[in-house]
Amino acid sequence: MKDFNQLCCEKCWHTTDKPCEHFIQCCTEGPLCHHDEKCEHEITSLRKRLKYEEHDHPIIMIGMGTCGLASGAAKVKEAIEAELKKLNIEATIEGTGCIGFCAVEPIVDIKFPGKDRISYQEITVKDVPRLIKTTLVDKEVYKEKVLGSHGKSNGVISLKQVPFFEHQQKIVLANCGIVNPVSIDAYLAHGGFKAFDKVLRLMKPEEVVKEILESGLRGRGGGGFPTGKKWELAAKQKSDQKYLICNADEGDPGAFMDRSLLESDPYRVIEGMMIAAYAIGATAAYIYCRAEYPLAIERLQNSIAKCEEYGILGDNILNSGFSLHIKIKKGAGAFVCGEETALIGSIEGKRGMPKPRPPYPVASGLFGKPTVINNVETYANVPPIIMMGAQQFAKIGTAKSKGTKVFALSGNIKNTGLVEVPMGVTLRDVVFKIGGGIPEKKEFKAVQIGGPSGGCLPESVIDTPVDYESLKEVGAMMGSGGFVVMDEETCMVDVAKYFLTFIQEESCGKCVPCREGTKRMLEIIERIPKRYGSDGSKLDQLQRFKGMIHLQRLADVIRDTSLCGLGQSAPNPVLSGLRYFRHEYEEHLYDRKCSSGVCKELLTFSINNEVCSGCGLCVKKCSVEAIVGEKGQAHYILDNKCIKCGMCYEICRLDAININ
Amino acid sequence: MHNQIFENYQENDRSSLIPLLQDIQSIYGYLPENALRDISDFVQVPLSRVYGVATFYNQFRLIPLGENVIRVCRGTACHVKNSANILYALETELGIKAGQTTRDKKFTLEVVNCIGACSIAPVILVNEDYHGRISVKDIPKILKKYQTAKKIEKAEEVV
Repeated sequence: MKDFNQLCCEKCWHTTDKPCEHFIQCCTEGPLCHHDEKCEHEITSLRKRLKYEEHDHPIIMIGMGTCGLASGAAKVKEAIEAELKKLNIEATIEGTGCIGFCAVEPIVDIKFPGKDRISYQEITVKDVPRLIKTTLVDKEVYKEKVLGSHGKSNGVISLKQVPFFEHQQKIVLANCGIVNPVSIDAYLAHGGFKAFDKVLRLMKPEEVVKEILESGLRGRGGGGFPTGKKWELAAKQKSDQKYLICNADEGDPGAFMDRSLLESDPYRVIEGMMIAAYAIGATAAYIYCRAEYPLAIERLQNSIAKCEEYGILGDNILNSGFSLHIKIKKGAGAFVCGEETALIGSIEGKRGMPKPRPPYPVASGLFGKPTVINNVETYANVPPIIMMGAQQFAKIGTAKSKGTKVFALSGNIKNTGLVEVPMGVTLRDVVFKIGGGIPEKKEFKAVQIGGPSGGCLPESVIDTPVDYESLKEVGAMMGSGGFVVMDEETCMVDVAKYFLTFIQEESCGKCVPCREGTKRMLEIIERIPKRYGSDGSKLDQLQRFKGMIHLQRLADVIRDTSLCGLGQSAPNPVLSGLRYFRHEYEEHLYDRKCSSGVCKELLTFSINNEVCSGCGLCVKKCSVEAIVGEKGQAHYILDNKCIKCGMCYEICRLDAININ
Repeated sequence: MHNQIFENYQENDRSSLIPLLQDIQSIYGYLPENALRDISDFVQVPLSRVYGVATFYNQFRLIPLGENVIRVCRGTACHVKNSANILYALETELGIKAGQTTRDKKFTLEVVNCIGACSIAPVILVNEDYHGRISVKDIPKILKKYQTAKKIEKAEEVV
């Protein structure tokens, strides 16, 4: 047998035209309908092979998510193939998803028959010959690059003891980086679709809804609305057609959980959608995925096609009478389409502009029909809940926030990557225990949670537990899970300016407070680090102070009167900045200084004439001809011409440029 | 040429408008006016609405691209890691602003909100290649690599 779709013998009759209701059970535990030693051996051995428990040749697994590919995984794969050919070694090469530890990509795993799987980190093309020689020829552990062992620690540190993984609890990401994301057989062998099978054969739709309600699962896209409640409302609606949508329009800059999940374990998300569709009675589903994620879209297309081929998607699935068709819709690059009514508009072929609610999509959504929209991570939580039971799931997390949450660690932090922690863990643990703290011995300044709708939290509130309510209390929000760490060299005024620019560009323009209000806020913030006024007069200084007085009120008005979540949360980055980093705003305003050295207009650039060799590189790069000097002699910067772009500082090989 | 694309879609179905625009753009690299007119006829939506949708979404462009497209990620993580300077350096190096194409049609410079590769910030995407953890000093080297690269398919040749 090559795959589960192949019939083991003539007694097996599962095809898409003639579906067998025990197909999934048969794949995961089978054969069920007949006892034949040959069939049993074939299916069990296929399962073992897919779980890498039984194999003749060594298996080499390479992390091939976007982060892996961006770090050069494709070249490493080529190099490994070439090296194997050269040494005439037989081995299987497989691409897996992302294990989450993006900072040390490309990660290569090697598994020998009968031995534990060992992960190697930061494998570049140069390391390949040594890696192959030590591991495959000498059959030893390549100690310099070892990350950890997937099994017991036989002389090699176990992955579970690596600080990055030690404090995580993987439910959603359990398969990521472990299972081959392209193969439906691998997913089945690892117990995939078991939850769907259980639901389809043993549970009524009401029971599924009740189970999700009891689990306390809340929307992972940011809002935190109870998922079970949403399903219940939709299930009660009477309609000839209901729709299910998976929101994979992960627009928050600094968030990449959905991308990684879709690339590394697409079947899990599809299974969650299938269970949801069964619970609410939907027969058509859409996945709305960003066009910026080509690999995720490719993997989803492959997964849907495979599911259809196996008869797990389509009409009369596994002879249960339940039908479901899933289509992929590519987003076209609009942040506001993450909002559910805008997303629906976009699928319908309109501009993605939010509509007033009610009516909520559960009553009148896509094409005017009842629609349930959930985030990728929410769906990925559904199969484990069904398998472990609501009670068990509800034990994880805090009183009001159940389960785990995936965060995308990035910014000025040592261990960037994807982490999954139980709700209730403190931010400090995420930053310092899992994230490994700030690199280059710099000071921690803030952590930005929740993307443009969230806020920046300083060290004083870093012991806040991660849950929906606590984060809201301190002025941030869960959001989709972007977790950007900032060090002492980040200016909070600049960060506020960055987010407002983003919101201003992404505002759809439908309602006035968001369209005009954010523009005015941006103008006020932009004026703060300006060195001179537009005409150099005192009037500009007055404007600067006046703006600051109005900022708070403007923010309140925008928050209270905007139509959708984008506008309502648009002032958050500024408000949290004013709350925790008021001293930085004041420093910019009164002292005309930016101690982080980011707001360039407030800086003065000069050349240290003892260090400068007069190479002329900065003269060439200066776009305003503000640097003068003879070749071979120290140069000078003309302050009245300098536009403070900082290019000379970046380019100088001798670090001769001083910034004050 | 683009009539072949219409075969995959149902006529008079507004929900296929965005996929159609995406398919057309994947052929030409941009949305030519005559294609927009054809789409408008096909899905039975006024041309003004088609134009409205085409200009609303960041993905669509109405002018042709250069041979190489450089996308600078301006996500939060990249911003914290100084992607503003990367963008500035690219702008000065190429002599164009974000959203423009060089006169020799070699490079188009674009800004994207986030390409989801935050763990290796700052990132730029040249055509399909990711360049992560770069600094301003790397930029001339990267540009040089593509300057001499063989020409990619030109939009005009496809038409």
